[in-house]
Amino acid sequence: MSMTVLQPGMLSLLQDSGRRGHHRLGLSNGGPLDREAYHYCNRLLQNTPNATVIEIGAGGLQLTTQVDTFICLTGASMPLSINGQERARWEVHPVSEGDIVRTGFARVGCRAYLGVAGGFSIEPSFGSTATVVREHIGGLCGAPLRGGDRLPCAAISGRKRLYLPEKDQPRYQNTITVRVIPGYQQRHFKRAEQRRFFSSTYRVSERCDRMGFRLQGPPIACDVEGILSEGICFGAIQIPRDGQPIVLLNDRQTIGGYPKIGAALSLDASRLSQLAPGCSVHFAPVSVGTAQRALDMAQRFTLQKPLLERHP
Amino acid sequence: MLYLGDTANAQTLSLVQAAAVAIEQALGEDLVDLVPSYASLLILYDPRLCNRLTIIRRLRSCLTTLQAQPITAGRTTVLPVYYAAESGVDLEALAERAGLSTEQVIDLHSSTEYRVYAIGFAPGFAYLGEVDERIATPRLSSPRAEVPRGSVAIADRQTAVYPCVSPGGWNLIGRCPVAMFTADVEPSMPVAVGDTVRFEPVSRRRFLQLGGDLS
Repeated sequence: MSMTVLQPGMLSLLQDSGRRGHHRLGLSNGGPLDREAYHYCNRLLQNTPNATVIEIGAGGLQLTTQVDTFICLTGASMPLSINGQERARWEVHPVSEGDIVRTGFARVGCRAYLGVAGGFSIEPSFGSTATVVREHIGGLCGAPLRGGDRLPCAAISGRKRLYLPEKDQPRYQNTITVRVIPGYQQRHFKRAEQRRFFSSTYRVSERCDRMGFRLQGPPIACDVEGILSEGICFGAIQIPRDGQPIVLLNDRQTIGGYPKIGAALSLDASRLSQLAPGCSVHFAPVSVGTAQRALDMAQRFTLQKPLLERHP
Repeated sequence: MLYLGDTANAQTLSLVQAAAVAIEQALGEDLVDLVPSYASLLILYDPRLCNRLTIIRRLRSCLTTLQAQPITAGRTTVLPVYYAAESGVDLEALAERAGLSTEQVIDLHSSTEYRVYAIGFAPGFAYLGEVDERIATPRLSSPRAEVPRGSVAIADRQTAVYPCVSPGGWNLIGRCPVAMFTADVEPSMPVAVGDTVRFEPVSRRRFLQLGGDLS
């Protein structure tokens, strides 16, 4: 039982919630860039929270199903069709053997999540199916999806046709504010440099991938060129010699020697990953306590919006 | 982030290792991941499941007894290296810059015992120190797009073996035929942080016999 890839699109990757506990071998996390959209994909499909889905970058994925089951697409606004008929995103749809599932290209946002009831059955590597292409690990042989790939999944009949009402769906925008917890190397950035960082507009550059997003804007000077290499957390904002910030994401290197001005909140890093080159970013400093409260609120409200059931 | 010093040295490394063991025991399941490096430990927990202040309190109490922790002695691993211009494209330029012959460079690189200070950057990439001052060389001004798998390289007073093809700005002086990272084998790496590593010069023929690749 499986689905077969007809067209892989720009960059389609199998992802579960990510790899944990292997940083000491130099393995990064992988996992979905937009955790909220990934979470809703599995929640709508009534899957376990860690189920394997496809992260579609930009769009253009085409699959054919060899099984009767259910699918759901969340995230960026990529048109979804089944056998040429447009279907709503953020909603569970039945598919049958022989159906063709197609996603167009995103109008706003960059990444969408296509899930299947029960998740794709992929052999985990270091405890996770998350594909990290740079490391050749996870997914199918550590590579992005290719035409002809078979993605095993089960035949499933009993699933509610859940959907997330449009008013509750995230609105992807072209300008966002990223909240930042000031970091360990704060003292290496003079007051004026910190002010410039938190008051300027930065643009998303062309050099953005799952490892990190390079931004362009007023350069930030640092008193030191490098530091003794140390562990890098998710969302860390490095300032390399050219002064242009890099926000490090899921596939980041585990250790690095550039000074860091702070770390972006994970919630905001998810939103950042939905921005295309040219979009704008502002940074706002927050305390650890504020960050913790924002996370608690997201856990209780943003991720727990009520799902409705469609009765065909 | 926990800092245990501000320079790379064997004593700080031992302290980092002892702290890693203590923190693993103290936090147990609440520890998501740990990234030891030269003089620091990045400690990752899940703020959705654990209270930050409680974690800090538990860390403080386990670290006060840190000195008493026994320091584990690492193993010694010998890695064969084929040092040559064809396997390490920067060997000759590095020797010239240092005012030494390539033989002297090979001699200095292979007669030093190195410690594994950290693993990171890429799976299986072990940062080894310290390289003899006479052959310490800064990184290339612009990194190469593709460094061959197995490349043995120097950057400042650090040396390493590239576990797989990747971009890199270190100076390449030879190649090692031993796989530094194998995903489906336990253990995945021939070395661990704290271990001692020596390099042993081998001939081209021996390098190829050991499975080395010159492409």
